[in-house]
Amino acid sequence: MILGLSEEELLEFGHNACAGCGEALAARYVMKAAGKNTIVVNATGCLEVFSTPYPQTAWKVPWIHGAFENASAIASGVDIALEKLGKRKNVNVLAFGGDGSTFDIGFQALSGMAERGHNVCYVCYDNEAYMNTGIQRSGATPKYAATTTSPAGKKVPGKTEYAKPMPFIMASHGIYVATASIAYPQDLTRKVKKALSIDGPSYIQIFNSCPLGWKHKFNLGIKIAELAYKTNIFPLYEIEKGIVTISKKPVQKTPILEYLKLQGRFKHLGEKEIKEVQESVDAKWEKLLKLEETKMGF
Amino acid sequence: MTKLKISCGGIIEDVGSTKANKTGGWRTFKPVRDVKKCIKCMKCWMFCPDHSIDKNIEVNLDYCKGCGICAERCPVKAIDMVKEEK
Repeated sequence: MILGLSEEELLEFGHNACAGCGEALAARYVMKAAGKNTIVVNATGCLEVFSTPYPQTAWKVPWIHGAFENASAIASGVDIALEKLGKRKNVNVLAFGGDGSTFDIGFQALSGMAERGHNVCYVCYDNEAYMNTGIQRSGATPKYAATTTSPAGKKVPGKTEYAKPMPFIMASHGIYVATASIAYPQDLTRKVKKALSIDGPSYIQIFNSCPLGWKHKFNLGIKIAELAYKTNIFPLYEIEKGIVTISKKPVQKTPILEYLKLQGRFKHLGEKEIKEVQESVDAKWEKLLKLEETKMGF
Repeated sequence: MTKLKISCGGIIEDVGSTKANKTGGWRTFKPVRDVKKCIKCMKCWMFCPDHSIDKNIEVNLDYCKGCGICAERCPVKAIDMVKEEK
């Protein structure tokens, strides 16, 4: 153990992730927490493409890829099959999906999995657009971010809609939900271990950067994830049995500009848009604090 | 071009076979650590997306892609990114 993290690496060297990829780091931490007695089901996305350039694979655990939309459905099947074979004990079933396959394409399968109560931990690596196919907007893309299908022009400053409140949607299914960030690996691994120890479905959303899609410098991925937490744009919290617990609160509030100015996808924003983003982030943070305070269940 | 033989069900039996790809060739800048400045906090090991820094803080240049996260995260600035000479 180093800094509370296992030394075992279950994602081998030589995968095709870009330099400074936040997703490779998220997968590395999740696998450190899950250990080798794990079956991984992967939806189509960057993680699937860079980790398995056929006929090679970077994974050192059993791994399945089906299609874009059905990672949760396959994981449900794996869970039932293990149970029928009498091998369910001490085996973790993990499903990995990007934000595109979680928020948009695979949502009905994910909702079904949560409703049927399969013993699967679904991990969504959230890089806020369809990065694998060339940076198209998704349900997770924040307002005003420029992507190839929501370009920033003279009249329309990027995406015009807010992102889906996915953790709250999943919490409405009555399951364990957590948000985590690559900047805080100890918090991330604790949440993954907790999710795997629960007998039932769980959902973890991991914030990770994408140097190509977000147009930031290759070395700034962790700094941006840290700023996302400090500016409250991506708060870290858990929802268990409908009750919200904020994992950690930033000591001092950082203005949102610090986060936005490092990324090329927000470089077209003027004062008016930045003020609007700040107001929406503050309102969402207040709402979260109120949810924690009142212990109002989902 | 040799024909690729596809196994039944597309099963890959060679576990961790991407190890054959030496991704270090992508690199423009390589990390160089100043041993005297280093306080062995292991943050470079923790944040490396390619786990190219081992537990003895030695950089594996066969696989390091040169992203520079280790240099950016180092609290004492003990890692310098030096341009590769070809």
